[in-house]
Amino acid sequence: MASSIRVRAILNGETTEVQTLIQHPMDSGFIKDDKGAFIPAHFIKELTFEHNGRPVFIADWGTAVSKDPYVKFAFKGANKGDELKVSWIDNKGETDTATFKIQ
Amino acid sequence: MTVFEEGFPVTRRLVLRGAGSVALAGLGVASFDVLPALAAANDKYPEDAFKQKDNKEAIKLLYGGPIEPSDKIKLDAPEIAENGAVVPISVSTSLADVTSIAFVVPENPNVLAAYYKIPQGTLPNIANRLKMAKTSTVTVIVESGGKLFSATKEVKVTVGGCGG
Repeated sequence: MASSIRVRAILNGETTEVQTLIQHPMDSGFIKDDKGAFIPAHFIKELTFEHNGRPVFIADWGTAVSKDPYVKFAFKGANKGDELKVSWIDNKGETDTATFKIQ
Repeated sequence: MTVFEEGFPVTRRLVLRGAGSVALAGLGVASFDVLPALAAANDKYPEDAFKQKDNKEAIKLLYGGPIEPSDKIKLDAPEIAENGAVVPISVSTSLADVTSIAFVVPENPNVLAAYYKIPQGTLPNIANRLKMAKTSTVTVIVESGGKLFSATKEVKVTVGGCGG
């Protein structure tokens, strides 16, 4: 299966700007389906970015983050070609991890 | 368990996140005595804070301390959001030593939307997309040098994003 994580990490000067899109339903548990039953909550709880084994950004999410979440941040200290490891875990214990090269 | 490099500021959170070593564990015990609420609030994933229905309770669980408004925080959110399911919200700040940024939407069923930990070297600029059930203020709370600052903006929502 293709990775659920898409990342664009671009080095500009000394700052690396990271844009991330993740495919995930992010069901809040407050929405009903066609039959009127609540769709159970299913959302990413933690999203972690590591550069050279050091966490550079940690997102703790609740149910109010939009479906197919997008997040953008920037950090310093990376070089072109370095790897950025991205992983998430959701409330059902499902996870995904992917590694991206900084461009 | 994540191990932080040297030079990362030793905060309560670090103490709890990296409570592997004896020295750090010792520190942790000390801070529990002084600040039980804060120590509990800064556990790995702030489970309880994310479940809060009340604005003030969530903030109290997450941070504990007093918060003052700051004009050094720039909160970018649309005045009117046509689709409450996807509201682009971004924040940037000129405050120094930012260690965390939280997004709170008081009118949502669970008020705490997202909580970002900012290690040293990461810029305090974040953009993300949140769901909003209805028209509400959006508050961003920035932890800077151990102090708490906030900025608030109202977003009018025409179609809610939390079902119902």
